[in-house]
Amino acid sequence: MSISFDRALGIHAEALELRERRAEVLANNLANADTPGYKARDFDFKAMLGAQVDNQMQMSMTSGKHLPPMDIAQSNGLKYRQPDQISLDGNTVDTQKETAEFTKNVLDFQASFRLLNGKFKALTAVLKGE
Amino acid sequence: MSLDRIFDIAGSGMAAQSIRLNTTASNIANANSAASSEDEVYRAKKPIFSAVQLDVMQQMEMAINGQDDASRGVQVDGVVESEAPLDMRYEPHHPKANDDGYVMYPNVNIVEEMANMISASRSYQTNVQLAESAKNMLNKTLQLGQR
Repeated sequence: MSISFDRALGIHAEALELRERRAEVLANNLANADTPGYKARDFDFKAMLGAQVDNQMQMSMTSGKHLPPMDIAQSNGLKYRQPDQISLDGNTVDTQKETAEFTKNVLDFQASFRLLNGKFKALTAVLKGE
Repeated sequence: MSLDRIFDIAGSGMAAQSIRLNTTASNIANANSAASSEDEVYRAKKPIFSAVQLDVMQQMEMAINGQDDASRGVQVDGVVESEAPLDMRYEPHHPKANDDGYVMYPNVNIVEEMANMISASRSYQTNVQLAESAKNMLNKTLQLGQR
């Protein structure tokens, strides 16, 4: 039996990658907090992670003419945030909300990191036979 | 690796906010710079912000790699002068008074500038915190798999 890293690490590697992407999107929102007409963006983390996991179980294409499935994982999945309050310049960034989301995302990143690190530690322990 | 892009985004935010702070400083410093004609008088300066959009080639590249097409930070398109009416005061004994005895003062609204200054400095701080968080996340990632 061969060791598959994908199977050994579970969902955590994908989760960590998605957390990174979400941090970038939220950082962009915060950088544009004073840009007139800028619309805040975000993506549904759960849906994206689900799509990434589903993507690993792909349908088999038996003919060369078959088109590959186009789903949420291929598209960017970015949506526009619904503002609580409308501003005169058309900007929908709520700095407090975005900062809170960003901080939450950093903590979730650390959680995913710990879980992934635990997997690596377990693998190392097995390899060393301690 | 998208974490190092956060540094670019936060950096663009810091640069834009510091330009805004610079214009505010210039406006407040010149709030009382008198002149004798409309052409010479100082006018309040305002930076124009816009989101950085990728060009078509970059967007194609992103789409092929299945990545997002969100913009990459903020940029300052330019600094424009305010169109607000000038402050004309009747001061016939002022050395810069014109023939009718009027002196032109800039159209700088101090209250507006103070509010702008606070907003700019808070936004700057937010961007610094972003870079700090990104740094911590990147540091963590580098420690992956270590004891």
